[in-house]
Amino acid sequence: MSAHAHVSQLPRTAHTGRVTQARVALSEWTKLHSLRSTRWSLLVGFLLTIALPVLFAAVTSSHWGSMSPHERADRHPLDIALAGVNLSQLAIAVLGVLVITGEYSTGMIRASFTAVPRRLPVLWAKTAVFGSVAFLLMVPPVLIAFFASQAILSRHHILQISFSHPGVARSVIGGAVYLMLVGIFALGIGAIVRNTAGGIAAFAGIFFVIPPLMNVLPTSWNNAISQYLPSEAGRQVFSLTHGDHSLSPWPGTALFVGYCALALAIAAVLLVRRDT
Amino acid sequence: MIEAHDLTKDYGDKRAVDGLSFSVRPGIVTGFLGPNGSGKSTTMRLILELDAPTRGEVTVNGKHYREHAAPLHEVGALLEARSVHTGRSAYNHLLALAQTHGIPRRRVEELIDLVGLHDVARKRAGQFSLGMGQRLGIASALLGDPSTVMLDEPVNGLDPEGIRWMRNLLKGLAAEGRTVFVSSHLMSEMALTADHLVVIGRGRKIADTSTKEFLSQASGNVVRVRSPQAAELERLIAGPNVTVAVLEPGLLEVHGLTSAQIGDAAAAGGVALHELTPKEASLEEAFMDLTREDVEFKAVELEDEEAAA
Repeated sequence: MSAHAHVSQLPRTAHTGRVTQARVALSEWTKLHSLRSTRWSLLVGFLLTIALPVLFAAVTSSHWGSMSPHERADRHPLDIALAGVNLSQLAIAVLGVLVITGEYSTGMIRASFTAVPRRLPVLWAKTAVFGSVAFLLMVPPVLIAFFASQAILSRHHILQISFSHPGVARSVIGGAVYLMLVGIFALGIGAIVRNTAGGIAAFAGIFFVIPPLMNVLPTSWNNAISQYLPSEAGRQVFSLTHGDHSLSPWPGTALFVGYCALALAIAAVLLVRRDT
Repeated sequence: MIEAHDLTKDYGDKRAVDGLSFSVRPGIVTGFLGPNGSGKSTTMRLILELDAPTRGEVTVNGKHYREHAAPLHEVGALLEARSVHTGRSAYNHLLALAQTHGIPRRRVEELIDLVGLHDVARKRAGQFSLGMGQRLGIASALLGDPSTVMLDEPVNGLDPEGIRWMRNLLKGLAAEGRTVFVSSHLMSEMALTADHLVVIGRGRKIADTSTKEFLSQASGNVVRVRSPQAAELERLIAGPNVTVAVLEPGLLEVHGLTSAQIGDAAAAGGVALHELTPKEASLEEAFMDLTREDVEFKAVELEDEEAAA
């Protein structure tokens, strides 16, 4: 270390110009892929997205013979294929929170905002880079989950559905889109809360605590309100069919995108205003 | 060039920085001096606009920090609080910062070599010692070849060799015509490095002067006198502006007279002197004197307010 310590002249370098959104995005890409937490979260998300449907398909196949007609009618091939999404969303959401709160907990945010003092380019770059990575890495596992679960079920000649069947491709790819959007929503929450534990708790509250609490309401209220919750609207992104008391796929998707945009908008306003 | 005008920052009820106006000129090292908690780090955060001032403003090279198109080329900053993700390697940390400005990879490698982190550049920054973390912070500050360098307590955690290296680096940066603004709570370090001093206490500016002037003002008239007839001498030199402290029997510390005046008085009174030493106040003492005045000033002000109420 000290071998170089006598050097006290700072070499000059060309001034390469201004901060641009594209440069900040490249920087955020470096930040994202250079952390272990990124690799672990994405790996867990990847594996869960595949493992659960495979398990679900195997169990369904082996019990098919002893299932009542009612139980059989309750099983849908796409529910099985996308069962993993419900679990892997947690890994993606935790990573989404960490992408921003990790900077606050370590103090990195001061370095980030010193390099990009306008701050918003950092938020947009994080959103775009993390969103793209989450989507691109979640497309293969939803496809694998679909074809693997179908292969398992086909050995028993049950619950077969073609990828080209209307809405199937949209639903399967919708699984990856949903995971991306959940990650972006979580990133927005993280930027608002600025604390890892708080961000994860807020996310879990919105997605896992509020929905069952709605059952406390009178049924007519529950039916009227629940479909507009982020978790329920988001579910429509990867649903093939929808019930009487849920939004249809495109309005549901649009509403969920709206929630993500709202979280980011609040985060953006706070990001510019608050002290670091 | 850094120019602060009436810079003020409140955190809740607490005023961390209070009406601070100063300018930091290029070509010299300006020391930013104050006890811990006096508002130095807050001032630096205000300069970088990490925090927004309650009142007043500060510009760097004529613009608010946020308005610079390429801020890392304008200002390189090392903050006292760590500003590095503990899970990322030094190399990737610097690379991510460099990429925001399109600064090439070879510049990152150059800086890693400059600060002597070559062997640990791929290790996670969380495993770094305080000194290594400090070197990484300095590398981040110098990455953009900035015209203004601002370092908060840069010698913290550095070994003696590192401290000397830092001193030379700062002087070298100033000699190249850069603006160098360095905070410290250690007067002795500033005496060796800084050409100019901005001294603050409790968020207020106490002094803004050249280091040389600061030291000479501070030296004042303190003389150590040893005499077998100390009591007699004390009587001879007594006066309205003279205070005498008896350090031990036969040893006095006299404030308010020069050694010549004391020697003359002793000769005239026929008192023998065994020692007559004008004392150079250290920068440390000068600093204590100044901050003490500040504290007293505050106390008086408070009484006035109470009287007015």
